[in-house]
Amino acid sequence: MTQTLEKPAPPADKSLSSRGGGATGDRVFAALCVTAGVAVLAILALILFTTTQQALPALRESGLGFFTGADWIANDPDGDGPAGPTFGARAFIFGTFVVSAVALVVAVPISIAIALFLTELAPRRLRAVAVTVIDLLAAVPSVVFGLWGILVVAPALVPVYDWLHGAVGGVPVLGSIFGPPVSSGRSFMTAGLILAIMIVPIITSISREVFNTVPSAHKQAAVALGATRWEMIKGAVMPHSFGGLVGGVMLGLGRAMGETIAVALTIGAATQITANVLQSGNALPSVIAQQFGESSGVHRSALIGLGVVLFVLTVIVNLLARVVVRRAEIRMKGTAK
Amino acid sequence: MSVVSPGAGAPNLSSGAISGRRRFSNHLATAFIALSVILAVIPLALVCYYVLAKGASVVSWEFLSSDVPRSPRREGGGIWPAIVGTLLITGAAALMAIPLGVLGAVYLNEYGKNRPLARVIRTMADVMTGVPSIVMGLFIYVAWVTQVGSQSGFAGALALGCLMLPIVIRTTEEILRLVPDDLRQASAALGARRWRTTVTVVLPAAVSGITSGAMLAVARAAGETAPLLATIGLVYTANYSLMEGNTALPMLIFRNAAQPFDPAQQRAWGAALALVVIVVAFTIIARVISSRFAIKDY
Repeated sequence: MTQTLEKPAPPADKSLSSRGGGATGDRVFAALCVTAGVAVLAILALILFTTTQQALPALRESGLGFFTGADWIANDPDGDGPAGPTFGARAFIFGTFVVSAVALVVAVPISIAIALFLTELAPRRLRAVAVTVIDLLAAVPSVVFGLWGILVVAPALVPVYDWLHGAVGGVPVLGSIFGPPVSSGRSFMTAGLILAIMIVPIITSISREVFNTVPSAHKQAAVALGATRWEMIKGAVMPHSFGGLVGGVMLGLGRAMGETIAVALTIGAATQITANVLQSGNALPSVIAQQFGESSGVHRSALIGLGVVLFVLTVIVNLLARVVVRRAEIRMKGTAK
Repeated sequence: MSVVSPGAGAPNLSSGAISGRRRFSNHLATAFIALSVILAVIPLALVCYYVLAKGASVVSWEFLSSDVPRSPRREGGGIWPAIVGTLLITGAAALMAIPLGVLGAVYLNEYGKNRPLARVIRTMADVMTGVPSIVMGLFIYVAWVTQVGSQSGFAGALALGCLMLPIVIRTTEEILRLVPDDLRQASAALGARRWRTTVTVVLPAAVSGITSGAMLAVARAAGETAPLLATIGLVYTANYSLMEGNTALPMLIFRNAAQPFDPAQQRAWGAALALVVIVVAFTIIARVISSRFAIKDY
């Protein structure tokens, strides 16, 4: 007995030690996987490199004015403007931020409230329904929101905008934010509202993950001290989740800045910088979508330049968001013993 | 020796003892939360209603099977070329992005783990998820269309593939992480090489999750317009080849939505219904797969 244990018979079949081929198979497969992973890095680098290269002609022509100029004149049929085409992206950068700001102001409180509903309030059955609603909201293609926005929402909002302007038009700051509305209803405000609907799912899902990490001991402690549900949320849930929520909001901002089609249809396509959110304007991605088809030469190169600006802005926002979320995660795991 | 009995002097712990201000703010917060949920349901219900009501009055067999009219203001015609284009381009994109994405996820979870390279790839995949879809379209336009010289369905598929790749990587990695290590160890103990373990043990254990993640990525890609704008060109009759210009449902909707003519708007609603049906079908299939064939606890 012991002898056989000490001296096991040599494997009858040599392939036993190398089932599934030799070490080569392993190395080839590992290399294949690494290549696939590195493809992500390669694509991101290529995006930045190739698009910047194509945008160079326009950048060379407009110089720094490409980022700071407020005029965007691709062709000038009546010839009363400047001699050549002028490309300045400032109005579109401004528009991108105005629309995103409107979207965030509307979407953030609603998304956080829905996340609170899902984690703290909802009975099990209602929770499943609410999750399905949010998932479906995320599944609707943006062009369908755009179609609905331009044909249904924008006309329907015109009387609302008229009333709003009439109601607060005389108040100093509000009067300039809600100035005279545009007659088509296609404005920063409309685009921002449509965007808000589209970013609710992403902010909700991240807030929900964040709220789920709050240790139930904290919540129970708050309730044991006599807190109402709202005081429990305010005192135990919110302080714990703040960092994660900031990250989620920034991810929503990144999504809002890059959203193209729904904004292109509902923002009204005007190149102007105005505090009046009831006026038409334009945003970086929507300009590209509207003008790319009819562009050529320097104009097309300038549109690709807008794409580079947009790419850099969204990558910065997304990286910052990831850093914030990760920090918050580490902190939450540190405290949630 | 004296036993303290509740009664005089004991705090009143019933909810009736909460002061009016605290009770009010509690009710206000609850009301706001309920209102928010309703506010999220309303737009979804309205979009569904309009797409169904306006779309259903347009969609007929003839609408689904006819060619797209050359002038958007003309009555009649249909959307068949766009349906073909959407299915063809999305399918080609899926064929490119899903294998690559799964391999990338295998690297992250089975080989890279917490190495610096894997961490960088993970972060960059997250960043890539946030890259605006129109930038993907411009990238493929610059890197493929201007080099080859013509717009094509294949270029559109490349752009959609770039969009799907990071989603597939991240969802697949999440699923692979759920595969219990016991399976890997059991396979290794039987003498299987690492690649054999991955291909015959780990991936089959995770296949349902991977499929459902991939379907969600496909659903998202099928509804995207922006990556196709600069890449696929324009056709009015069905094109079954990937190498020439093509069209797609989202493009058709975008082109018709901004037209002031009634026939164009009707066509856009009809196409929107068709697109939503396709996207929802993918989403439902993904959900069924993930709920029916979820990873079992071994």
